[in-house]
Amino acid sequence: MNRQTNLKKVADLPAPQGAPHAMRISLLGAKAILFEAPGAMDLPHQRRIWELAQRFERWPGVAETVPGMSNLMLTFHTPPAELDRLQEALRQAWDESAGLPIEGRHIDLPVVYGGEGGPHLADVVSHTGLGVDEIVQLHAAPLYTVYALGSHPGYCYLGGMDPRIATPRRKVPVVRLPGGAVSIGGEQTGVSASAGPSGWNTIGHAEMEFFDPRREPPALLAPGDTIRFCIAKVIK
Amino acid sequence: MIEILATGALSTVQDLGRFGVLRFGVGTSGAMDDIALAVGNILLGNDGNAAGIEVPILPFRLRFDADTDFALTGADCAATLDGQAVPPWWCLHARRGQVLALGVPRSGARAYLTVGGGLDVPAVLGSRSTQLRGSFGGFEGRPLKKGDALAIVARAEGATPVSAISASGFGVRPPELGLPLPSGQDDVIAVRVLPAAEYDSYTAESLAQFWRQPWLVTPQSDRYGYRLEGPGLQATRSMELRSHGIVPGVIQVPHSGQPIIQLRDAQPSGGYPKVGTVIEADLWRLGQARIGQSLRFVQVDHGQATAALEEKERYLFQLQQAVQLQRKIWNN
Repeated sequence: MNRQTNLKKVADLPAPQGAPHAMRISLLGAKAILFEAPGAMDLPHQRRIWELAQRFERWPGVAETVPGMSNLMLTFHTPPAELDRLQEALRQAWDESAGLPIEGRHIDLPVVYGGEGGPHLADVVSHTGLGVDEIVQLHAAPLYTVYALGSHPGYCYLGGMDPRIATPRRKVPVVRLPGGAVSIGGEQTGVSASAGPSGWNTIGHAEMEFFDPRREPPALLAPGDTIRFCIAKVIK
Repeated sequence: MIEILATGALSTVQDLGRFGVLRFGVGTSGAMDDIALAVGNILLGNDGNAAGIEVPILPFRLRFDADTDFALTGADCAATLDGQAVPPWWCLHARRGQVLALGVPRSGARAYLTVGGGLDVPAVLGSRSTQLRGSFGGFEGRPLKKGDALAIVARAEGATPVSAISASGFGVRPPELGLPLPSGQDDVIAVRVLPAAEYDSYTAESLAQFWRQPWLVTPQSDRYGYRLEGPGLQATRSMELRSHGIVPGVIQVPHSGQPIIQLRDAQPSGGYPKVGTVIEADLWRLGQARIGQSLRFVQVDHGQATAALEEKERYLFQLQQAVQLQRKIWNN
């Protein structure tokens, strides 16, 4: 079978219409592929992503395995030739995987909610119809798990936010938010690791160095680690 | 040392990029026109991944504080060394105190200055490229500014300096000639695109236009990404994606339907639908696309994208062989 035929199979495989969270494998140029897991975006599924990330580091030619939110990107040193085999191996590994139970480290992160460091708290109030105290309580209650790193150096995608405080991303992104911005974007929350643009709603500020390129590893947190936001202060 | 006498806002130190740290949220950075950087290093007999300066906005002037071999590749920018014209895609020997000035580019968008031995900035997480968001790598983790003094790596043992070969320097033909990709229209740059995950989620008419119509590179275009303007892409369904890894070249389509090509300084993850990816072999063509120019997308499959990458690497290999052979002949 020639390479082009194999490829067509990969590109055609998913049936995206009407099945937004079906399993899907697609190309990102010649040297990267994206595996999207079926089902919910929750911790049991994410643990299976971590297991696949660990397993496929040893697939021939793999440069890096990069977990996302219930998905996994594989990058390659040179374009992989046997795409149908890779695809089959990913499917099989997903089906077999029981999940990698990472016992990570835990950090408590004090947050000053509202005020200058939380300019969009009012927008979350008006979107959810909840009061400031209620929002802060709901945000600080869960034990959040780091699902993946991405966006910018040291930034953590967290799982576990209470959907009651979900707030859509802003229509116009903020050009420059400081590092340490605690924010909500859709059903996700996170803390920015450095200053930069953001489309999320910033509700508070935390002081923490999430990334230091001289450290080994450079990122403070890794998938499987946990964070709890502690209420240092609420400014109304 | 070289001292920066004048620069625009976004001149940065770059090598071929930082790889293997996506899992920490660190994107690749690296030269927007990787071929231009590679050719500069080939001309000078440098390590293939030696760091140079990417100069996107002019004016740019620097002074050599010691005798230095240098190469200028990428955009043809009417450069002069102490007032004497320096051809594009050329390497030359500068004497201590001489001033190199880059003018307004006649074609292309970014010029690359490489020096014999490469720029001596520390490798951070395996690369000398500037990581702007993380404020590390390159020169102090930031764009260059007037007054900066950059050190140069001592040349490898046995490396032949340009001055020993030719007083007037030497050069090569630009890669547009060796790696042609006709767009069928003057001033339109063709780049090859491999369809991505959400390709099938756009209307047939949108996709037909995607391949047929030119896409304008708008002023909101830089190392992070190019925002394009054109007929627009209409999705057949609403898409809410989970955050996932992306690579430079990915063409995302926000709700407006006007695509954004994510580039070297882009976030390494994203959530917008992806219609395709500009193939790795053509990222250098994007690096030389100017604001106001148009792009045309040419559809390829994985086999063709792979072949294009091999063709590019073969081109650089053959160029290196030719330059080495020429050096030998001159030396004898």
